[in-house]
Amino acid sequence: MADADGALGALVAIAVGILALAFPFAASGYHIYQGAQVLILAVALLGLNLLTGFNGQISLGHGAFFAIGSYGAAILMVKFGFPYWAAIPLASVVCFIAGFLFGFPALRFGGLYLALATFALAVATPQILSYKGFDALTGGSQGLTLAKPGVPFGIALTPDQWLYLVCLACAAALYWAARNLVRGRIGRALVAIRDQPIAAETMGINAALYKTTCFGVSALYAGVAGGLSTLAVGFVSPESFGLALSLAFLVGIVVGGLASLGGALFGALFIEFVPNIADQLTVSFGDGAKALPGAIYGALLILVMAAMPTGVAGAARAAARALTPSRQPKVETGGVNVAVNYEGKEKSP
Amino acid sequence: MRCAAPISATSEGALKRLAEFLHQLASGLALGGVYAIMALALVMIYQATHLINFAQGEMAMFSTYFAWKLMDLGEPYWFAFFATVIASFIGGVVIERLVVRPFANAPILASVIVFIGLSLIFNSLAGWLYGFSVTSFDSPFNGRPWFGAGYISAHEAGAVVVTLCVLALVYAFFRLTPLGLAMRAAAQNPVSSRLVGIRVGWMLAIGWGLAAAIGSVAGMMAAPIVYLDPNMMGGVLLYAFAGAVLGGIDNPFGAVFGGIAVGVLGNLIGAYVVGDEVKLSVALAIIIAVLVWRPSGLFGRRLVARV
Amino acid sequence: MINRRTFLQSSAAAAAFAASASSARADNAPGVTDTEIKIGQTMPYSGPASAYGVIGKADLAYFKMINEQGGVNGRKINLISLDDGYSPPKTVEQTRRLVEQEQVAFLFNSLGTACCASVRQYMNDNKIPQLFVATGASMFSDPQHFPWTMGWQPNYQTEASIFGKHIAATKPDAKIGVLYQNDSFGKDYLTGLKNGLGPEHAGMVIKEVSYETSEPTVDSQIVTLQGAGVDLVLYAATPKFAAQAIRKTFDIGWTPVRYMTDVSQSIATVMKPAGVEKSKGVITAIYGKDPTDARWKDDPGYKAFAEFVGKYLTPKDLTDANAVYGFGTSATLVQVLKQCGNDLSRENVMRQAANIKDLVLAMGLPGIKINTSPDNFSPIRQEALASFNGESWEQFGELYQA
Repeated sequence: MADADGALGALVAIAVGILALAFPFAASGYHIYQGAQVLILAVALLGLNLLTGFNGQISLGHGAFFAIGSYGAAILMVKFGFPYWAAIPLASVVCFIAGFLFGFPALRFGGLYLALATFALAVATPQILSYKGFDALTGGSQGLTLAKPGVPFGIALTPDQWLYLVCLACAAALYWAARNLVRGRIGRALVAIRDQPIAAETMGINAALYKTTCFGVSALYAGVAGGLSTLAVGFVSPESFGLALSLAFLVGIVVGGLASLGGALFGALFIEFVPNIADQLTVSFGDGAKALPGAIYGALLILVMAAMPTGVAGAARAAARALTPSRQPKVETGGVNVAVNYEGKEKSP
Repeated sequence: MRCAAPISATSEGALKRLAEFLHQLASGLALGGVYAIMALALVMIYQATHLINFAQGEMAMFSTYFAWKLMDLGEPYWFAFFATVIASFIGGVVIERLVVRPFANAPILASVIVFIGLSLIFNSLAGWLYGFSVTSFDSPFNGRPWFGAGYISAHEAGAVVVTLCVLALVYAFFRLTPLGLAMRAAAQNPVSSRLVGIRVGWMLAIGWGLAAAIGSVAGMMAAPIVYLDPNMMGGVLLYAFAGAVLGGIDNPFGAVFGGIAVGVLGNLIGAYVVGDEVKLSVALAIIIAVLVWRPSGLFGRRLVARV
Repeated sequence: MINRRTFLQSSAAAAAFAASASSARADNAPGVTDTEIKIGQTMPYSGPASAYGVIGKADLAYFKMINEQGGVNGRKINLISLDDGYSPPKTVEQTRRLVEQEQVAFLFNSLGTACCASVRQYMNDNKIPQLFVATGASMFSDPQHFPWTMGWQPNYQTEASIFGKHIAATKPDAKIGVLYQNDSFGKDYLTGLKNGLGPEHAGMVIKEVSYETSEPTVDSQIVTLQGAGVDLVLYAATPKFAAQAIRKTFDIGWTPVRYMTDVSQSIATVMKPAGVEKSKGVITAIYGKDPTDARWKDDPGYKAFAEFVGKYLTPKDLTDANAVYGFGTSATLVQVLKQCGNDLSRENVMRQAANIKDLVLAMGLPGIKINTSPDNFSPIRQEALASFNGESWEQFGELYQA
C-alpha cells in the first residue's frame, strides 16, 4: 500500500471520527436518532461486507441475523431483565452461532444458490418470528416494547445523545476489529478463498473453517446492529424484519463499495436518507404518486451500479488515486491489496 | 361423535379424511401449476444467461396488469392474453438490451442488485398506475367445478393444462428448433458460438423475452386464484424458486415437476405436519435441503468443477 | 378629557391587559398559528400494506375540501402524511420527524397496529395526542394507561364478541372454525369471539387455522377447516384472503354458516372478486354505508361522499371502502377541532376528542352515533349485523352496542 494512500486514508478516518463525535452536540434529537440509525446500519453493513465483499459469499438474508440480535436482546431485556450492555453481547453470540451453523450448508452451494437460499431465509423470517410456539417469548404480533436506556452516572447528556454515543463506540470498535481482521492473515485468506478457492486450498488454507467462521462473524455484526436497533427504536415486532431489510443491506454494501470497510458508512447514509429524498421528489407529482419513491429507489440502484460499479468508496479511491501522482507502479503479487476491486464473474456450478 | 360408534361411522370418518386429503392434493396441484410456470421462466433465463432473475415475479405481475387494463378497455380475454404475451416478450428483450446487458461483465452481485432494482421499479410503477387495492381478474376457464365434489375448479384445471402446454412448447423450442439450439450453445459456450456465427448478444435478449412471456402466462394463470394486486407474486416467486431448485434449474421438466411438487408438498406438510402458518419455512427448508444433498436438483445435470 | 398622555397611558394599559389575558390561556400546540393547524400521520404508501394508503389520500383530500370552505375557525388544516412502509422502525423515525422537525400539533389517523404501537409510549411520554389510529386493535382504547392515544373504528375484539353473542343465541350447537391472520388483528378476533361466546360455549370453537400475509392463498386452510367437521366459520381475514376464502369454500362444495370481519366487507374488493353468487349469505358487522350498495343511491350522506370523491379524488375511489373510512375519520377530527375553538393546546385537543357527543357521520349507518368520554376511548361502538344478498348488505336485527 503506497504511503500516500495510507496517509490520506488516516486523515479521512480522523476527520470522520471528529465529525461523528461532534455531531450529537450540534444536532437536534430527531437528527441524533437518525445518526444513531446510520451507525447501526453501518455496523450491519460492515458485517455483510466481510462476508460478501471480502469472502465472496452472497447473502440476501442478513435481515434474519439482524432480527435474531434484535429479538434476542429484546427478550433478554424485557423477559429476563438483563441490562442492555449484557443483553446485546449475549444476543450477538447467539447470532454468531446461528451464522456459523448456517455456514455449513452454505459451503455446499455457492454463488447464486447461496443468494437464493438466503433470499428464501429473508422472506421466511417474519413468518418464523410470528410462529405461535414462540409467542410467550416474543410477544407474538404485539411485539415487545422497551424503554430507552437511561444515561448512567448522571452525565449531562440526553438519552438520545447517550444512545448515539453507545452506537458510535460499538461502531468504532467493530470497525477497528474488522480492519485488523482484513489486513492480517485472515483477511488475505478470505480474499484468496473468494478469488481462487482451489489455489487457496492447495496452499493449505482450511476453506471450510474460514468460510463458516466468516459467516458467523458477519452474523455477529448483524446481531450487534440488531441489538442496538432494539435500543434505539424501543420496539420489536415481526413486521420490522421483512425482505425489505435484507435487500436494503445488500444495496448498502454495493453502493458503499464491496470489499471496502469505509464504504459501510456511505452505504448506511444512502439507505437511511435516499428513500426520504425519493419521498420529497414525488411531492411535485401530487398525492397520488406516493407509491413512486420505490421506483425511484430502484432506478437509483441501477444507475449507481452503472455509473459506479465499485461503489462510492471505489469511486472515491479512484479519484484519490487520480489526484495523487504515483511514484511507483502498484504491484499486486501474492499479497493481496486490501482495498481490492471486486472482479471476476463467478460461474455457478 | 367421539363415543363408541359402529363401523360405518369410522369408515365415514375415513372417507372424510380421504376427501380432505384429496382436496389438499388437488389445491396443491393447482397452485403448483402456477409455481411450475414461474419456475419455467426462471429456468429459461438461467439457461440463457446463467443468472437467476429475482425480478421475475414483479415482471409477471406487471404483465398481468397490462392484460387487465386491456380487458378493462373492453378487449376479449384471448386477445388480451396473446397481446400481453407478445408485449411481454418485447418488454423482456428491451430490458435485457437496456438494463441487463451493460452489466454483462460486472460481478454477479451487480446483476443481483440490478434485478432487485428492477423488481422495486415494477412494483412501484404498478402501484402508481393501478393502485394497491385488490382487483379480480377473469379466467378463460369458467363454469362449474369439475369432478362433482369440487376438488379442483375449472380454472385450476385449466391452469395445469396451460402449464403442460407451455412446457411442451419450451421443450420443443429448445430441442427441435435451430434457434433453440443456438440459444443453448450461446449459454454454454459463448466464445465458440460466436466463432460459429451465432449472435450471442441477441440470444440472451431472446432468452429474456421468452422468460418474460412465460412469466406473463404465469401471472395470468395465478391472478384468478390469488387475485390481482401489486404484491401478489412475492410468495409465488419464493415457491417457484424452491420448485426450480428442487427440480433442477437447468431442466425445464425438472422445473415443472419441482413447482408442482412444492405446491403439493407445501399443502400436505402445512395441513398435516407443521401447521399452515410456516409454509414459507417449508419452502426454505426444501431449498436448503436440496442444495445440500443434491445441488443440481432432482433432474438437473450434475456439473463437476474443473480443477 | 382625553389628552395625549392619558390616551397613551390607557392604550398601554389596554395592551398590557390584552397580553396578560392571552398568556393566561394555555399555549397553543406547536404547529398552530392563527391561520394554520399543522398535523401529521404515517401511512403505508409502500410495502405490504400499501392498499391502505388510500386512507391517507382521502384524509388529505378531505382537508383540502375543508380548507377551500374556509377551514376550521379560520384556520386551515395542513396534514403532513409520511410513508412508513408499514415498518415500525420507519414509523418511529417518521413520527419523530413529524413531532421534532415539522413540529406538528398532534398525530391523526396513523395506520397499522404494530406501527402505532411502536410510537405509543413516545407519544404518551411527550403528551402528544395520537388521535383516531387506523387500526381496530383493542390495545388502543386504554385511557387509563395511555391517555393520549385513541382509536376510532369498532375494535376487533368488540366486533368478534358481537358475533360470538349472536352465534351463542342463534346456533348454540354449531361447530365453529376460525380462519385468522397470524397477527394481532386476527388474534384479537379469536379472543373476542371466545369472549362473546362466553365460558359455557367456549368449547364450540373446534378448529383454528391461521395464515401469513406472505402466502399466496388460503385454500389449504379452508380444506383443513372443512375436514375438521366445522359447520360455522369465521373469516378473520383481510380483503384479498377473505375473497379467496369465500371462493374456495364455495368451490369445494362446502356450505357452512359464514361470518366475516367488517374489514373485508367491501363489495367491490371482496364480494365481486370472490363471485357475488358465491358470497350470498355471508354475515358481517357494519357501521358504515357501502358505496356500491344501491340502497343509498338517494341518501344525502352518500351524495355528499360522492360529490367529495368527484371533486377531490379519482373515480375508482368511489367504490373503495378505504376512501369512506378516511372520509369518516377526517370528519370526526373536524368536529373535534371545531369543539376546540380557539384553544388548540394539546391538552384541549385531547379533552375535546374525549368529549364527542352523539356525532353522526354522513356515511355512517342510520342510528350510529359517535360518543367518547374520559373513560371511553372507542368512538364507534355500535354495529349492525348484515347478510349479503348478492347485491348489497341487508341489515338484520338491531344495532348492537358493545
